[in-house]
Amino acid sequence: MMKTTLLHSWHEAAGARFAPFAGFDMPIQYPTGAIEEHKLTRRSVGLFDIDHMGQVMIWGPGAGEALSRLVSNRILDMKGGEARYALLLNDAGGVIDDLFIYRLAPTNTMTDPWFVVVNASNRETDVAHFKAHLALPVHVQDISDETYMIAVQGPRAVELIDHISGIAFSATARFTMTEAFIHGVPCRIGRTGYTGEDGAELFYPAEKARQIWEYILTTAKELGIEAGPIGLAARDSLRFEAGMPLHGHEISPSITPLEALLSWACDFEKDFIGKAALLDLKSRGLSRKLVTINVKGGVPREGYPVLDQEGREIGNCVAGMYCPTTETYSANAFVPPAFAKVGTELAVSIRGSAKPAVVVQRPLYVPTYRRTK
Amino acid sequence: MKLDERCRYAKTHEWARRDGSELVIGISDHAQHSLGDIVFVDLPKVGVSFGKGAAFGVVESVKAASDIYVPVAGKVTAVNTQLQDAPDLINKDPYGDGWIIRLVPEDPAAFDSLLSPAEYEKIAAEE
Repeated sequence: MMKTTLLHSWHEAAGARFAPFAGFDMPIQYPTGAIEEHKLTRRSVGLFDIDHMGQVMIWGPGAGEALSRLVSNRILDMKGGEARYALLLNDAGGVIDDLFIYRLAPTNTMTDPWFVVVNASNRETDVAHFKAHLALPVHVQDISDETYMIAVQGPRAVELIDHISGIAFSATARFTMTEAFIHGVPCRIGRTGYTGEDGAELFYPAEKARQIWEYILTTAKELGIEAGPIGLAARDSLRFEAGMPLHGHEISPSITPLEALLSWACDFEKDFIGKAALLDLKSRGLSRKLVTINVKGGVPREGYPVLDQEGREIGNCVAGMYCPTTETYSANAFVPPAFAKVGTELAVSIRGSAKPAVVVQRPLYVPTYRRTK
Repeated sequence: MKLDERCRYAKTHEWARRDGSELVIGISDHAQHSLGDIVFVDLPKVGVSFGKGAAFGVVESVKAASDIYVPVAGKVTAVNTQLQDAPDLINKDPYGDGWIIRLVPEDPAAFDSLLSPAEYEKIAAEE
């Protein structure tokens, strides 16, 4: 049976179209359309119901050291309230899932607590993986059901969060987490997101799902901040332009972080599951690498073959679409490293016809918080 | 759904409108609405002939590519090149600026065998 989020009826009333995603009946787009939603997020504020994503608490004496061995990135240097992107790898170095890890401040009841956000489709797998590799006194608890998750993203999102939380959220750094009350509800507010825009991800008690969502929209209206709900179609084009991987496309259990250009999320100075396989692959050399290509004369999509200039198939698109900000038809594809250089001319086979393509600089859209001011 | 009373329709959601000896072809308001934002249109070449019901092009929306079919057999005399830069004209004005091709029908009477607006409305509403 298909799961729904607690905002499902709100989306229905807003005229959303739904489609199954990771076992959830999720809003894909609202009546204004995916392209306008994408542009709204880039221009002002987009609100995303992403409660299908999972949250896991890991805590107890030695929790950090134990978790560190399971994830690719360095985490032990993190202070309470910091957030970091990391990968959960299998022994072969393939990506089981990508995670956002938040280090929390210890409480009276929890020593060394960590808050981990996982993808909806991998929630059960990830929790099983954590439980298989972490033993008491380290605790693992799936808190997805009682935790609601939404994202507030866009150039005016931080200003909006300042207003609704009553704290100086704008003074916090990117990749941190703050706690505050919003409309009387205790919230964890991450200065994080997956759109290439600044903004927040909010975690709060599930029973307040609608109350907070509506409060944010109402407050935005009162403040004259343009804001609206964003479906999964625009969420996909936003993350795609910003060069962020989506599990099942740019990363999967059969794709390594080296191939997916995610070495920056791997700390080879420490031990972690999958490290040996990655080092081995490094010494042997990669057979394929992720590239972004721009295509002329059609929309490249997942599964379409990538050809070299002689028409030989050299790889496949793993994601592709029209990008509303860059106004390009672009794809991510895995190709042999010899074809991965920016400027390399390739082709994509679209309905049997080879359309010209060129390897371009990644990401197509540099996240606003990464730009030098 | 919006209908153009001057048009006749195909079950596959294309419309045809008489203009002199030619037919102007596009997709219905119902079709553009179901597809969502249109981001690319693959147009045929002028001079190519198509049999009744043959795919003459592709309309690509944000999430999918959909074939479009000629409602009657004929030869393409013009394509709407504006769609190359502004495929969303189909969303904005499906019966006007969002037209896709013009063709000379093989059989001028074939137009009359297409669905009336009322007949098409009934079929589209049942989907």
